[in-house]
Amino acid sequence: MIATIIIGMDNAFEILGSYVITFAVIGGFTWRVLRQGRRLADQVDDDQKYWT
Amino acid sequence: MNRWSIARLVAAKDLRIERRSKVLTNQVIPFAGVTMVIFAFALDAKSARTDDGFVPLLELVAPGLVWLAALFSLLLLVQRAFAIEADDGALDALRVAGVDPVAIFWGKSAALAVQLAVLDMVLLGAAVLLYGADVPAGGLVLLVVTLVVATCGLACVGTLYGGLTAGFSGRETLLPLLVLPVVAPVLIGATRAVESALGTGGVALSEGWPWIGLLTVFAIAFGVGGALAFGPLIDEAT
Amino acid sequence: MTTTTPAPATTPTRTRGTGTTATRLLGIATVVMLGWLVAFGLGFSPADRDQDEAVRIMYVHVPTVWVAYVALGVTALCSALYLFTKKHSLGFDRFAGASAEIAVVFMALTLVSGMLWGKITWGVYWAWDARLTSFALLFISTIGYLAVRSLGGSHQQRAKRSAIVGLLVVLEIPLVHWSVRLWNSLHQEPSVLDTDGDVSIEGLMLFSLFVGVIAFTLLYVWLLLHRTRSMAMADLLDDVGLDQALADRRAEGASS
Repeated sequence: MIATIIIGMDNAFEILGSYVITFAVIGGFTWRVLRQGRRLADQVDDDQKYWT
Repeated sequence: MNRWSIARLVAAKDLRIERRSKVLTNQVIPFAGVTMVIFAFALDAKSARTDDGFVPLLELVAPGLVWLAALFSLLLLVQRAFAIEADDGALDALRVAGVDPVAIFWGKSAALAVQLAVLDMVLLGAAVLLYGADVPAGGLVLLVVTLVVATCGLACVGTLYGGLTAGFSGRETLLPLLVLPVVAPVLIGATRAVESALGTGGVALSEGWPWIGLLTVFAIAFGVGGALAFGPLIDEAT
Repeated sequence: MTTTTPAPATTPTRTRGTGTTATRLLGIATVVMLGWLVAFGLGFSPADRDQDEAVRIMYVHVPTVWVAYVALGVTALCSALYLFTKKHSLGFDRFAGASAEIAVVFMALTLVSGMLWGKITWGVYWAWDARLTSFALLFISTIGYLAVRSLGGSHQQRAKRSAIVGLLVVLEIPLVHWSVRLWNSLHQEPSVLDTDGDVSIEGLMLFSLFVGVIAFTLLYVWLLLHRTRSMAMADLLDDVGLDQALADRRAEGASS
């Protein structure tokens, strides 16, 4: 149902583009934050992590 | 020694160094001059239609170009003002000697303001000579007030961020990134004020004075804020 | 059963990642809300009377602006807390830095989605509107703040320097906004500005906007927690590296 609405939409390029860019950038940033966290967490002992 | 006499000494020292090294007259002013010439290449000698009929484009945008060239030159002057301190650790020496940072800030700002004021006058002269801008007698007071207030604001911002980036590698690139967004209000305000002082494109003289208000608030905000922030910023002992 | 895998007491455990049960729950809630945002934004919510389909961009645009401002506010608040509390806790500094990083990402997204909206509504990507222009300058200033954070020096130096710059950015906001607004009032036809003024908001549209704001706020909190934790570890490893280097140097000095 959603697909038919989207395809028939005016200015679909701009509207879908804004959603795609927003979610892609957020996804990329999130992935980077998590990966960096993983990398650092492997080098630090648990008793030095204040959240554990 | 009180704060004022220390500030005066710091300013006198900076100006004496400038008088001996002649960086302003031999390098920065020529740079500003060539900027004014290449602006003309970029904009061409076209005319634009205004309410008063056709006006040469360069004359119309002359006030903005003067301040734009002043901003770029400000960056050079600030680099220079702190290069002379950082090279032999003079800033650290002043701090270790317990010299009041507020006095250092005001002294360096004042020296920078003097150099910048000289530069602004040269740039205005260039606009008159090259772009055909003319200065009506009625606008002279507004012109001088704009020049003084805008220059004070620019000098305070320049000194503050110059002190922050002094002594770091990569300061040449960081300084414009920090300074240019902050001085945008000065560029806007001073350009409009000079436009009405010169009567560019038929702008009335009375329209210039509200911008003086903006420029004054800006100069006071960064004069006071800068004096408060400068000490902790250059204090790298902790 | 417990005897089959005896973990040696001497090696401390190292959990992977920066997550905890709480952040995992928060993350799941965020993903669910973001799914709802897409469903409502692109599907259930109707086209607007004035803006037509372009209103759908608002469901991602408004929440990103909201997060950008909240993140900047948190940066300013934590900078002030760092400077004006006796302890000068680096925790505040790391919150400020993490929040500013998130702010830069969301400000960039705000500008992009705003431009796409402007292309539909105004016919151009960029209008020299007071809000747009001062937002763009603020974006550059926030990038400058992050550049100052990476200048180097000890952690306390970094914290003090960036806290001051963070507060200067806040000082700059009203000045920039005032000047751009004054400039704009002389040079801009107000008709362009009216288009985003009074939008009649219906129930389902308001709800979609609400879903977006909740989703992005949860996302912000989740990102902030993770990023702050990695920054804490990075600082810790820096210190360890420094201690190690000092110890090596001492050993070198003793042996020669």
